[in-house]
Amino acid sequence: MGSRSFLSRLREGDEIARLITLIFAAMVVLITLLLVYELWVNSTLARHKFGLSFFVTRVWDPVTDEYGALPFIYGTLVTSAVALFLAVPLGIGASIFLAELAPPRISDTLQFFIDLLAAVPSVIYGLLGIFIVVPLMRTVIYPALNKPLGFLPIFKGPSYGVGFLTAGIVLAIMVIPYIISVSREVLLSVPRDQREAALALGSTRWESTWKVVVPFAKTGIMGSIFLALARALGETMAVTMVIGNTPTISASLFSPGDSIASVIANQFTEATGDLYLQSLIGLGLVLFLLTFVINGLARLLIIVTTEKGSKVSN
Amino acid sequence: MKRAALLLAAIVALGTAVWAQGLLINGAGATFPYPIYSKWFDVYHQKNSSIQFNYQSVGSGAGIKQVTEGTVDFGASDGPMNDAQLKEFQAKRGCEILHFPTVLGAVVPTYNVQGVTASLNFTPEALAGIYLGKITKWNDPAIAGANKGVSLPAQDIVVIHRSDGSGTTYIWTDYLSKVSDEWKSKVNRNTSVNWPVGLGGKGNEGVTGLVKQTPNAIGYVELIYAVQNKIPYGTVKNAAGSFIKADLASVTAAAAGAAKEMPADFRVSITNAPGKTAYPISSFTWLLIPSKIQDAAKRDAIKGFLKWMLTEGQSYNEALSYAKLPKEVVDKELHAISKVQ
Amino acid sequence: MNARLRWRKLVSNFMLTMTGVCAFVCVSVLFLILGYLLFNGGTSVNWNFFTKLPAPVGEVGGGMANAIVGSAKLLLAASLFGVPVGFLGGIYLAEFSGTAVASVVRYAADLLNGVPSIVIGIFAYSLVVLPFKHFSTFAGAFALGLMMIPITLRSTEEFLGAVPRMLREGAMALGASKWKTISTVIVPAAYRGILTAILLALARVAGETAPLLFTAFGNRFWSNGWNNPTASLPVMIFTYAVSPYEDWHRQAWAAGLVLLGLILIINILARTILSRGIAVPRG
Repeated sequence: MGSRSFLSRLREGDEIARLITLIFAAMVVLITLLLVYELWVNSTLARHKFGLSFFVTRVWDPVTDEYGALPFIYGTLVTSAVALFLAVPLGIGASIFLAELAPPRISDTLQFFIDLLAAVPSVIYGLLGIFIVVPLMRTVIYPALNKPLGFLPIFKGPSYGVGFLTAGIVLAIMVIPYIISVSREVLLSVPRDQREAALALGSTRWESTWKVVVPFAKTGIMGSIFLALARALGETMAVTMVIGNTPTISASLFSPGDSIASVIANQFTEATGDLYLQSLIGLGLVLFLLTFVINGLARLLIIVTTEKGSKVSN
Repeated sequence: MKRAALLLAAIVALGTAVWAQGLLINGAGATFPYPIYSKWFDVYHQKNSSIQFNYQSVGSGAGIKQVTEGTVDFGASDGPMNDAQLKEFQAKRGCEILHFPTVLGAVVPTYNVQGVTASLNFTPEALAGIYLGKITKWNDPAIAGANKGVSLPAQDIVVIHRSDGSGTTYIWTDYLSKVSDEWKSKVNRNTSVNWPVGLGGKGNEGVTGLVKQTPNAIGYVELIYAVQNKIPYGTVKNAAGSFIKADLASVTAAAAGAAKEMPADFRVSITNAPGKTAYPISSFTWLLIPSKIQDAAKRDAIKGFLKWMLTEGQSYNEALSYAKLPKEVVDKELHAISKVQ
Repeated sequence: MNARLRWRKLVSNFMLTMTGVCAFVCVSVLFLILGYLLFNGGTSVNWNFFTKLPAPVGEVGGGMANAIVGSAKLLLAASLFGVPVGFLGGIYLAEFSGTAVASVVRYAADLLNGVPSIVIGIFAYSLVVLPFKHFSTFAGAFALGLMMIPITLRSTEEFLGAVPRMLREGAMALGASKWKTISTVIVPAAYRGILTAILLALARVAGETAPLLFTAFGNRFWSNGWNNPTASLPVMIFTYAVSPYEDWHRQAWAAGLVLLGLILIINILARTILSRGIAVPRG
């Protein structure tokens, strides 16, 4: 690369090209740093006033200017947990079908449709949530769960149609495509000999899949779950349209609640007073850190699996 | 490739071009008067085609916030700005914020109870108890006692409130603070409060939507939202002891006293007003206009609109169930327009 | 022995069928969504919808003409901002940089990609709306453009990197400078993949609502120029869906149908481009 002289490189525009593209690449880094900086600086008041107790205070009261993040952290975690509980079995099951059973052309076609599902915007999921899932919850799901199992704390109490469970169901539909596409890829990358060895030893198709292939790809599948989790944590529109918008902490899944993203969307443009606004930005910072950590873990797990696959097959 | 580039250039040019040589004035705030404001701005634009008032119904809280930040030219709120907010405006914008009452409206308790199409009577104790979470079933004696002859189900009440910062909330909590000491000490009045119970809906629109779709729900909305969406709303017992339904006459009666003693800055509360026929949860709603507007064209447009609104505009109120402003208030406001410089 | 084997085979067939059921359920959700939108919004996608402005509250007959144009303007401006940054940055990563710098840039891009869209909205509000004291199309486009950068950058890097060495070496052997090689040989070779990535990035931000709530704000009228608030399809869907008016609900379904239709068409187009031609010609 350095064999030609600087001047000759300059003359032929290479150095300029290098500089220009470097500036744009640097811009990406600068913007990201600026984003983190803005989040940090614009939440100073809240951080100084509340400190770490911000994470454990239940009260969110604009009248007395007292703000605690706990109800929103709770709502975010509960809805994401419900989403994963529903999405993981479905998603892994589907990805096994796509990777192991379906002939390649059908597998690709189905994956194509799954990719399209991932492209559906959040607000449309919200629209469907309001007009389909909420009435369904009220008329079918709630009676089905509450009558027989109403003694359990998670199924106790009245239902309003909106609430944690409704938001969890909508989120589950939204994150399934991520689980499927990544899990399908890692399953496909498991070397053939693993399967063939198991089959040669007399296992059934299912046994070779479940007991050999899937464990081999286990880390990557975990990665896909983390990816789905990161998406669920940050989801705004679909959640805010069906969660009930009440900062409540309740064991019951039928209770209305609120999530970090949802409360920011609702209250950001109207937060008068600096402490109010900065507390909301503080919530944004918490969300950012949460998704940052989960995304990082996801990527790590996926990389580990794909490397493992290539190592073994070599 | 060339054709694509040409198309791109055309779109960019189109987007950058100023369509009409129009003046766009941005405002944001209360959902309470949104039906009448959207009508006014539409009519005004048809009469003055070069002026467009773009009003976003995002809630009084957002209206106050955005006009303070200066990201919109005017705000709107049904809860008058408190002293702290007035100070914040003065500090941030270097001039005063002026309140201009526009219409009189009512906040009604609207509900969706199976089998009940009649107008329920609500006492102040019932309303406070429901919203405090102490009265939980529709057939509670506090409600049934005022509604003899109506069969109320033994169902849980689903309480609906606002999820966003709202002047309608201010009016509602202002009323509850006046009639219930427990409410005043526990929750108090504001555009956004720490609700003891209930679900949140966004805007008057959101609350109406939730009440409409949720069986056994109760919510508080501006009168026109209940009327336009054909959901039943109840009567409320006023300070004189009568159960009054919200309508033009009862809302006007509530403002009668305040009209005569209107303070210079027009910030006044008329909830729980005295008077035999007064509806107890009535309120003015205000446009929030900065006292100094630098852009001369915008300033003249806003002043022109205010004049129109106080004279011709008032003739549109009653069709949308808002009461007209009392004459004394209109006169005072016409004088106050000159304060906008 | 035989019985045990038969049981295992039974379990195997059952479980494998179940995975098929899972796949079927997941895929059918897509068609359910489309079906519902068509059923509820199909009749409302009429001439009024595309040409009229929103009517005053409570009156029927309004449309979303300004929201459609608003969304188009937002996407155009977002691409003008996000695509060059991602594209040129990607060129740097693929062609000029060392591994250390590349890792840092890649990491920043991945971080940016994972930021929830509501937080991007907060960032755009503090950076663009507050200082200029104006909600604007420009601010909304900035937020959306930010979200396009990571996808464009990573894809550009990936597709440029996939161009075979022989093409590069051939060009350089003929005496072309590095820049000439990039602009006349490598980029054209990878253009399909890069175009696909841009289309996919566009489809992704076309449906974003949260960042627009505090930047483009909303507008009942046409939005002139780039410095005024503007209506957009996703925000209109949100506003109308949570309202109590039947007419607005109808329009929300119609808007949902139009928006989703557009996004799906862009997605299908992108993937067809990628699969039909070979993204990078083999040598």
